Amino acid sequence: MGMLSRKATCNSHGQDSSYFLGWQEYEKNPYHETLNPTGIIQMGLAENQLSFDLPESWIAENPDAAGFKRNGESIFRELALFQDYHGLPAFKNALVSFMSEIRGNKVNFDPSNIVLMAGATSANETLMFCLAEAGDAILIPTPYYPGFDRDLKWRTGAEIVPIQCTSSNGFRITSAALEEAYSAAQKRNLRVKAVLVTNPSNPLGTTMIKDELNLLVTFVIAKGIHLVSDEIYSGTVFSSPSFTSIVEVLAGRPDCQGSDVWDRVHVVYSLSKDLGLPGFRVGAIYSSNRAVVDAATKMSSFGLVSSQTQYFLSAMLSDKKFTSRYISENQRRLKTRHDSLVHGLKEAGIRCLESNAGLFCWVDMSHLLREKTFKAEIDLWKKIVYEVRLNISPGSSCHCTEPGWFRVCFANMTEETLELAMQRIKEFVASASSAILRGGCERRRGRRHPSSTDKSLGKKFLTKWVFRLSSSHLREADDR
Amino acid sequence: MAIEINPVPSVQLSKVADSEKHGENSPYFAGWKAYDEDPYNEMTNPSGVIQMGLAENQVSFDMLEDYLEKHPEASIWGKGAPGFKENALFQDYHGLLSFRKAMASFMEQIRGGRARFDPERVVLTAGATAANELLTFILADPGDALLVPTPYYPGFDRDLRWRTGVRIVPIHCNSSNNFQITPQALEAAYENAESMNLRVRGVLITNPSNPLGATVQRAVLEEILGFVTRKNIHLISDEIYSGSVFSSSEFVSVAEILESRDYKECERVHIVYSLSKDLGLPGFRVGTIYSYNDKVVTTARRMSSFTLISSQTQHLLASMLSNKEFTSRYIETNRARLKKRYDMIIQGLKRAGIKCLRGNAGLFCWMNLSPLLQKPDREGELDLWKTMLHELKLNISPGSSCHCSEPGWFRVCFANMSEQTLEVALARIHNYMDQRKR
Repeated sequence: MGMLSRKATCNSHGQDSSYFLGWQEYEKNPYHETLNPTGIIQMGLAENQLSFDLPESWIAENPDAAGFKRNGESIFRELALFQDYHGLPAFKNALVSFMSEIRGNKVNFDPSNIVLMAGATSANETLMFCLAEAGDAILIPTPYYPGFDRDLKWRTGAEIVPIQCTSSNGFRITSAALEEAYSAAQKRNLRVKAVLVTNPSNPLGTTMIKDELNLLVTFVIAKGIHLVSDEIYSGTVFSSPSFTSIVEVLAGRPDCQGSDVWDRVHVVYSLSKDLGLPGFRVGAIYSSNRAVVDAATKMSSFGLVSSQTQYFLSAMLSDKKFTSRYISENQRRLKTRHDSLVHGLKEAGIRCLESNAGLFCWVDMSHLLREKTFKAEIDLWKKIVYEVRLNISPGSSCHCTEPGWFRVCFANMTEETLELAMQRIKEFVASASSAILRGGCERRRGRRHPSSTDKSLGKKFLTKWVFRLSSSHLREADDR
Repeated sequence: MAIEINPVPSVQLSKVADSEKHGENSPYFAGWKAYDEDPYNEMTNPSGVIQMGLAENQVSFDMLEDYLEKHPEASIWGKGAPGFKENALFQDYHGLLSFRKAMASFMEQIRGGRARFDPERVVLTAGATAANELLTFILADPGDALLVPTPYYPGFDRDLRWRTGVRIVPIHCNSSNNFQITPQALEAAYENAESMNLRVRGVLITNPSNPLGATVQRAVLEEILGFVTRKNIHLISDEIYSGSVFSSSEFVSVAEILESRDYKECERVHIVYSLSKDLGLPGFRVGTIYSYNDKVVTTARRMSSFTLISSQTQHLLASMLSNKEFTSRYIETNRARLKKRYDMIIQGLKRAGIKCLRGNAGLFCWMNLSPLLQKPDREGELDLWKTMLHELKLNISPGSSCHCSEPGWFRVCFANMSEQTLEVALARIHNYMDQRKR
């Protein structure tokens, strides 16, 4: 039998990572309010399910859009035949206008700079095909969306080199981290082609502040490289600071006036998160670099947006009454949910990174780790999936430098389900603490290990945020 | 810490972005440009360029529109839009089960029930363009080769080679035997690849053929299967025109042959299908890979993340294609209408003294204008093509853009216009041929 290609047999699709394994466990035992109330609650899926009633009522009032009609006349044939990779003009216009609205109309986008693609997954990969190849590196701040490992590297052959961010400053990008990443790439004999940031961040749920954005622009100008800003969560910013797009920052800098840096900054957008329409596969690359737009447009042949969907959405997004109502109402609901989750976790003694965007919180459970290692993080994660029955995403799957952080989604379930999830966490933390109190005492009594170990055990036990999970079936042979 | 400045000038794009392998500078696309600038319109521009270079199927829309009229729930999620949320959230790369089942069943119907398709082996992609590229990524490494019989669809140069880095080595076919693939041609292509130090990973055929408009005969398919088995390589059978065969019994799919052999050696066979030609829905981006190889199915599914079909469209087509009464009527009527168009153009060309390859499928015919060439070479063909484009105002596709080894053949589409327009085109050809006689 003829073999398959190297791409087919390697693991760059990333499907063996815990990110996907958690999904699998959920699928085997999914929570359902009535049919399976003890099942696993899915909190690893960054979906926005809070605002469907708004497009639903729009559809009821505007049946033509989904019915292939324009002003009562059928345009089915026109749409069925429309496969122009330049995209439906009415849709591109509506999309850039929506993108502007999300940015408070502080930025204007030119529809001829937009390339439509079947989802941000497709847009990111296509942009990589245009900017990089085997032997090249893309610098990405950690923690980052696990899907990037597949989307940016698998078929393009490019490499990702992390820009290490830490909790010491809220995981913000620093110039030191940028320089270190750049050197690390060079040491590996990789040519750095671009920095890619997600703003607002997945998994952090924070927007980048102006200082960070300026730092980035200064860095890419100095190095002469590209900057990709994945802004797919831009419509989910629900509290201050308000969203600042990279385009805004460029426009406001004198050193960027007429500079060729404009040719090297590209934005990725999608309707999967802001509008909650991941199934419709609507993504876009925005760039003022003609060569990139031309190449990406041709490549979009491999992943065009269905003309049926383009037309439907062009009608909905052209309705300014709908879009302004949607944007503000959606943000309001996201804020309420976010606050519920943060509050619920706080009651369980768990802190979150302070955040103002996204469909998830970046949660600090490091105090619940047996020890500050990624092994312990995975052990804790398994406990949470199998015992607490919540599928959340471990920070290691996002390449976080520090163990103990988890991404917990809040917008893909009902309020009641979220409350139940909070209840389960509270119970888990409560039982863990009491088990530790019991286990710690028993351990000291029954100890036959040398005293140095005893001291270190005592130290560990006394450390403020370290609780050891000493349920008997979790105890490991080398546990001290 | 200060940021170190890089003295190196602005960074380049990737080699892929800069390359010409997208193929858009070929004459094939220049004809489209001429059409775009001066398009024929019965009323407003009767002397404009008639587009005969676009393989679209416009003869059966009425049936689709009628279906939608009767089944509004297929497109508008029903009154009050129940099902909208579920549909909008569905991004599973396995694809909607109801749609996969409908596709498998439709493919079976097209083949007159002579082959069975398992919905679990159907992988969905945004069009056959994506399916062909995806399969190439999976079956071949950069620098490897696929053997493709000439003449072939010009888009393959981009779809199979551009981002994959894979090469195409032609299997030369000629008019001496109606451009059929021969064992000698297969061997010659393989040896040619070897002499260039290229590792051959597979053979890709289009059946029915674009641009020939003819099905591949059973005996030839069996030869090809034998060949790929001996060489231990893959076979991709692009069957996107399978529903356009004028007479069902004349189409033999590789699927049928495999089934009749109890699926021996099937792991090397992969079929590509699409609704762009048979249903006339290129805008909806519906393609599929059907593979008998489990690893290919799994990998293709994962890779399809880059090219998923809109769930809105999957929902629509699941409804349409699950309706067996509709699909069987559609298939039969569509075939009959295409045959009628084909007969019309063949007769019209015959009256003008022009011969075509005997065809039995597709949305085009393969026309022989070699007797008209000033010079019997590629340049002569391009000159004739320019005459067709600028004097007759007909955009047709020159055989050289399809890598045909014999100059003078042209692909002429007949299903993307009204009957009246086709008559106008035939009249122009007639006049031209008359003038030439004088």
